[in-house]
Amino acid sequence: MKKTLFDKVWDAHVVESIPDGPQVLYIDKHLIHEVTSPQAFQELENRGIPVFRPDQIVATADHNTPTQNQHLPVKDALSRQQLQQLTENCEKYGITLYGLGHPYNGIVHVMAPELGITQPGMSIVCGDSHTSTHGAFGAIAFGIGTSQVAQVFASQCLLLSKPKSLRISVRGKLKKGVLPKDVILYIISQVGTNAGTGYFCEYAGEVFENMSMEGRMTVCNMSIEMGARGGMIAPDQTTYDYLEGKQFAPTGADWDKKLEYWKSLPTDQGAKFDKEYEFDAQDIEPMLTYGTNPGMGIKISEPIPVASNTSFEKSLQYMNFKQGSSLLDQPIDYVFIGSCTNSRIEDFRAAASYIKGKQKAPQVTAWLVPGSKQVEAQIEQEGLKQIFEEAGFELRQPGCSACLAMNEDKIPAGAYCVSTSNRNFEGRQGPGSRTILASPLMAAAVAVEGRIVDITERVPQAL
Amino acid sequence: MEKFERLTSRAIPLPIENIDTDQIIPARFLKATTRAGFGDNAFRDWRFDKEGKPVKDFVLNDPTYQGEILVAGNNFGCGSSREHAAWALADYGFKVIVSSFFADIFKGNALNNGLLPVQVTPDFLKVLMDTIQRQPDIRLVVDLEQQHIKVEGTSFKEDFDIDVYKKTCMLNGYDDIDYLLSKKEKIAAFEKAGSKL
Repeated sequence: MKKTLFDKVWDAHVVESIPDGPQVLYIDKHLIHEVTSPQAFQELENRGIPVFRPDQIVATADHNTPTQNQHLPVKDALSRQQLQQLTENCEKYGITLYGLGHPYNGIVHVMAPELGITQPGMSIVCGDSHTSTHGAFGAIAFGIGTSQVAQVFASQCLLLSKPKSLRISVRGKLKKGVLPKDVILYIISQVGTNAGTGYFCEYAGEVFENMSMEGRMTVCNMSIEMGARGGMIAPDQTTYDYLEGKQFAPTGADWDKKLEYWKSLPTDQGAKFDKEYEFDAQDIEPMLTYGTNPGMGIKISEPIPVASNTSFEKSLQYMNFKQGSSLLDQPIDYVFIGSCTNSRIEDFRAAASYIKGKQKAPQVTAWLVPGSKQVEAQIEQEGLKQIFEEAGFELRQPGCSACLAMNEDKIPAGAYCVSTSNRNFEGRQGPGSRTILASPLMAAAVAVEGRIVDITERVPQAL
Repeated sequence: MEKFERLTSRAIPLPIENIDTDQIIPARFLKATTRAGFGDNAFRDWRFDKEGKPVKDFVLNDPTYQGEILVAGNNFGCGSSREHAAWALADYGFKVIVSSFFADIFKGNALNNGLLPVQVTPDFLKVLMDTIQRQPDIRLVVDLEQQHIKVEGTSFKEDFDIDVYKKTCMLNGYDDIDYLLSKKEKIAAFEKAGSKL
């Protein structure tokens, strides 16, 4: 039978199928962080259960960490205690932790791929919905709740019904100024925020084949924003080139053996999907969101749609935007370049390409937050830090930061923030904050101009 | 986990679509390391204003509506995987959430906490929502064994689907860890047989 990439990886991890019920799925890698793990450890304590495979767990501190003065004790008492709890739990159960200040520390979906922990064909889970990011390597990766974190601790397995399969193909070449973030925002604006619910999505076609690993991660990251538990892209030479030589990537004969297996993973010609969408790259422009879910996105050249629906009206009221109006020239107060969606080196290169030689608009507060210590170091090595600082930008220390505003990095009530993160929900970046999702290139341009501009008129060629 | 068999209760209507888990429990309340007490901050930024005073026209502050059943708009629980959302709703006192569509992760989290997600058709939801808004005193009957939801004392009723395994767990108060621990030998054998990784 012809199989999809998803079928191949999923089926290779099924330990048992319960008749008329779910399957027992084996988990290769379990990533944990401070916010969704403490109650799971507590569950083990309460039941007197050991961690079954501590070697297959990697921990980082990211969600609730400060992005300034990380060498000092964390000021907020509750945050400090949560981080301390993670350290204690990892010590107690023998779990590797890349905590605050460690050279491998970073946002879980940035540090694991860049260390080579994420590999094709793996099953990977984390108590975070953006775990779909790791699917960029041809892995099955998805977010889980804390009860499931406890299940994986206890058994290295989960009970799950196999999701249906979805394929989204984008053919052709991207236009200038259009980044991977625009591609996924465009897709979500077209299919809606629940088109993927119950599905695992494979992204296919020329656009994704030509995309870097960083770009593929941006795309897979936002799969959950259309409801899909996970997104995947078939591993290819781009994947292998990225992975080879990374700290935890296989080496020697092991590499050769795995490479052979990885090459067998792409979807068989003629394999059937439960649902398919096809798009043309030429239809995609730089994107912006105007509402309070990631599906409420428009092309830079389009006006906000007109609709009569209570939820839609509530959303526009929250954003203080009018139906039928354009977002061009909208003044912006904050710019955030960061998050597990767009905080990799390529994102900062894109931002720097626009910022170089210009000055940040004085009224805009701009935070550049690298996804990991390694990205932070690379920004410095490549001379980007100097570009940012000369332009008046503030480069902070790694973490989830203003994406979910658990730490002090909050956007004030009523303020507009153009953000490279993944969610524009009400209050997501702080109570009353108004988020407009965009690419790092768009965010950089907005920070310089102080208002929303048409980036396509300002960049020389396709990035 | 608590058992769930049948519930008869009044219901609270929340006719908003795409309610994400950031609304159910904002991120700034996720710093706790235990499961208790999240109900105090359920729907925090819709329930309370900046000064912490209750927002009068929000349905949870309206004494007209009471009950252990929340009836919400399409695509409930989208966004973040935070199980804190399920904890917050359960801790607030809800035992059943009714919607025409649930996000995957939320649905699983709810089921793992004895909070029953009841998925109904959009038409049924619309009529149900209108009925509760017109007659806030009506009671709903949610019967898990029979897999149906109805307005008490009427013929207005709909069947709902639930995974057979999950239904058994809810009816008996079992959770997945019990099952997975019983499979440890099989899991170890699977590992030994050699995953390709």
